[in-house]
Amino acid sequence: MNLKYFCPAILILASVSALTVAAQQSSTPTAAPAKTSATHEQAAQSQDEGQRVFEQQCSRCHTAPNGFSSRISGTVLRHMRVRANLSKHEEEALLRFFNP
Amino acid sequence: MLHPTLTPKRHTSERAIRYLRLTVAVLATAHFGFAQDAPLLSGGVGFLSNTNGGNTTYTPIIEPLIAASIGNHLMVESRAAILENFSPRFGSDPGYDHAHFAGFTYLQGDIIVNPHITIVAGDYLLPFNVYNERLSPIWIGNFQSGPLIASVGQFSVGSGLGGMIRGNAISRSKYSVDYSYFYSVRSSNQQFGGAHGNGGRVSLYLPDQRLEVGVSYDRILQGTHENFYGTHVWWEPKDTAFRLRSEFARGHHGQGYWVEADYRTQAFGGLDSAIGRIEPVFRIQQTFTRDNLAASDSLPSVNTQRADFGLDYNLPHNTRILTSYFRQYASTDNFNIWQTGIVYRFLFPAWKGKQP
Repeated sequence: MNLKYFCPAILILASVSALTVAAQQSSTPTAAPAKTSATHEQAAQSQDEGQRVFEQQCSRCHTAPNGFSSRISGTVLRHMRVRANLSKHEEEALLRFFNP
Repeated sequence: MLHPTLTPKRHTSERAIRYLRLTVAVLATAHFGFAQDAPLLSGGVGFLSNTNGGNTTYTPIIEPLIAASIGNHLMVESRAAILENFSPRFGSDPGYDHAHFAGFTYLQGDIIVNPHITIVAGDYLLPFNVYNERLSPIWIGNFQSGPLIASVGQFSVGSGLGGMIRGNAISRSKYSVDYSYFYSVRSSNQQFGGAHGNGGRVSLYLPDQRLEVGVSYDRILQGTHENFYGTHVWWEPKDTAFRLRSEFARGHHGQGYWVEADYRTQAFGGLDSAIGRIEPVFRIQQTFTRDNLAASDSLPSVNTQRADFGLDYNLPHNTRILTSYFRQYASTDNFNIWQTGIVYRFLFPAWKGKQP
């Protein structure tokens, strides 16, 4: 393809993609309020479960660190899974707790 | 935390730095494909003082920890300790002498085989009782000094070289059981030393009661073969910031125990209030000799009692002030030690990764 047409084609494709994603995001809350409510409930349950696991497993040895980057949350939990012999379920609950 | 018996890997700073560079280089070449799995750099940096009989020693220390996930099932992690110890010269000589120490605490690879089995290979902390694995980092321990029995069952070096299998055997809502079994080979390497032996630990945790009970056993298989037995009981009542932790250990030549309690009140605005950040700590410990032979651990050579009183303050931003006083009673000598220190715990990505 000629470069002259390639760049505008990419720009148009990117614009259409961005508009599509934006339309999907903006339409979600109005299209399915019941589903959103259920999702919030699930998220709250996940938070409660994660908090319970944190209080039971992590607080036995140390206090909660004052926040850390979400980029390392998976690595932190894998380290603690090995160190504290956490179960897979506990690791997943804590991961949701750290990344609500 | 200064553990003369647990981290005595001799200070060959250059070699340690070379190993550290190699570790970082290996991690740098690995592929980290998940947004939440960026390598992390954590650890603690502190300034500690220790006063005994009017003589005060000062110890700036850093314990860095690096961990990197490689894919879904593999992790490489390592912790090191680098410190400088300044102690006053004796006699009429003014000034201070200083000595430094740099060494790996552990360097291990973890393979998560399935939800119940993780294989660990390399130089790892020995899973005998729980102090060594859980409370020895300076950013976790309530006291600068480890317990007197911390060296029992640790094969003189506190770590093993070889393999370990561990994991969560059973996890139910009412109870969970975890286990560790290790096999270590003999090594005289200065950074990655180890003794020939094996052993393990099994723990039962009751989440409703917040009670953990565990038993440990290991056996050294070089020189005079000796058995070591341990048990630990931890209790943290629900909805309180009170913790009661204890360990008992028995070796061929001696035995002992420690019980530690710490508490933070939530009655005056929660744990993050000025009052809630205060953490009184108390520890009682006793050791008993079983014979007069040269011990393979670092227990005192006579029956000893010690009471530790601490007052810690948990500042914002992961910083703790540790103060403590202990008095030790033994037939050979009674003495007091005052310890103060400040420790900052850091935790951040080792380098920029993808945003999740």
